[in-house]
Amino acid sequence: MNAFTYTRARDLGAALREIAGNETAKFIAGGTNLIDLMKENVERPTRLIDITHLPLREIEPAADGGVRLGALVTNTDVAYHPEIERRYPLLSQAILAGASPQLRNMASVGGNLMQRTRCAYFYDTATPCNKRAPGTGCSALTGFNRYHAILGASEHCIAVHPSDMCVALAALDAVVRVTGPAGDRSIALTDFHRLPGDRPDLDTNKRADELITAVELPAEGFREHYAYVKVRDRASYAFALVSVAAAVRLDGDSVAEARLALGGVAHKPWRDREVEASLRGQRPSRAAFERLAETLLRGVQGFGDNSFKVALAKRAVVRALTVAAGHTREAAA
Amino acid sequence: MAVVPGQTAITLKLNGEARQFDVAPWTTLLDALRETLDLTGTKKGCDHGQCGACTVLVDGRRIVSCLTLAVMNDGAAVTTIEGLANDGALHPLQQAFIDHDAFQCGYCTPGQLCSALGLMYEGRAKTADDIRELMSGNLCRCGAYPNILAAIQAAMEMAARPPR
Repeated sequence: MNAFTYTRARDLGAALREIAGNETAKFIAGGTNLIDLMKENVERPTRLIDITHLPLREIEPAADGGVRLGALVTNTDVAYHPEIERRYPLLSQAILAGASPQLRNMASVGGNLMQRTRCAYFYDTATPCNKRAPGTGCSALTGFNRYHAILGASEHCIAVHPSDMCVALAALDAVVRVTGPAGDRSIALTDFHRLPGDRPDLDTNKRADELITAVELPAEGFREHYAYVKVRDRASYAFALVSVAAAVRLDGDSVAEARLALGGVAHKPWRDREVEASLRGQRPSRAAFERLAETLLRGVQGFGDNSFKVALAKRAVVRALTVAAGHTREAAA
Repeated sequence: MAVVPGQTAITLKLNGEARQFDVAPWTTLLDALRETLDLTGTKKGCDHGQCGACTVLVDGRRIVSCLTLAVMNDGAAVTTIEGLANDGALHPLQQAFIDHDAFQCGYCTPGQLCSALGLMYEGRAKTADDIRELMSGNLCRCGAYPNILAAIQAAMEMAARPPR
């Protein structure tokens, strides 16, 4: 780890003043990803601004009947909060499918959004990586790419965003609140993370001098019909090969609304609203779900080691929609 | 203790006792415990938050001490494996690990014990499968998992029983 200076921000204004104009400064909250990356010399900040004492630890009612999650609430406290368990069980389930209890006790809402890819080449400073060192090339394209993207990748980067929580937040149409020198603004969760394009060094659309203050959940939590299916190499404590957050609202025996977000397959939680809309008015059936999965993943190609993800993603989509459309609250493994 | 430039004085309530010491900003809580405070019961396994050997409790919650900076924990209450026994009497979890032969080499054991204590405080684990899932952050390369599970179950049953 490189040497750096440390300061504890007393309030939001102080945090923003500290980061303004200092391109090598970073905010730190839970630290579970940043400190790891600093140990690997992937991140080398000269100054850390500790934001853990800012008043962003509340879970409270939001406008329009939704719920506001303070940026510093731990992943554990979100997952086990009675209101979240009752109204947004999809979010609880997704969070508890990720990391370990110790890490969930440390990691914050904002930090979960800001975590970086676990691509082995991004972590290995001895290899080319356009995300870590722009212009050096992508080692994963022709390297070991079992965990990499099958959707939205570019010739410059095929890394995936590793979060489970963000996949559920994408399905729920959550909104990210940020504050910065130009004031407050809102970013839809689905617009928060970027596709790599020719700037894979940029993970998100948040500017470096902006701070996440909260994530807001809309009133509709799909508490009756939801599923988070996570497929991974071991039963617990592993990143997703493919994950699917599915949420369905039924009107009688037909689908009024369907939401579908995929994790482990792209540089951001993957949603396709057009494909979701195609389910509207249909009766939930395996045939309908299989057609949807085919459309969603039409023309998708793997890069060798990860080509199996195409078939896996289709099956995971069908499974998630089947569980979600059923009346059970089956915990999808 | 000599003050090195760039070091900060911090205070921890460590196993119930206030301890003030100087740390560099880049010193993890794990390294501060082991190197500065000579509490080597907390183990360094992977140093990347993947194995759980460095698990301690901060303000009653289990965390991995390798992924937090000591300076960020200024003022916090930290419980390490050295703080589990009470006046020489083993904590019931420690005794249960012995009774159930829940280790071979013992390197992961301090982390397993602190993690299990955190799990009991959380009160979320009801079944054997719950315990397996909620202990998945602690690896045991000797593979003592079945006996670790049995030990934790025994300690939980004991804790649930009314005192005689």
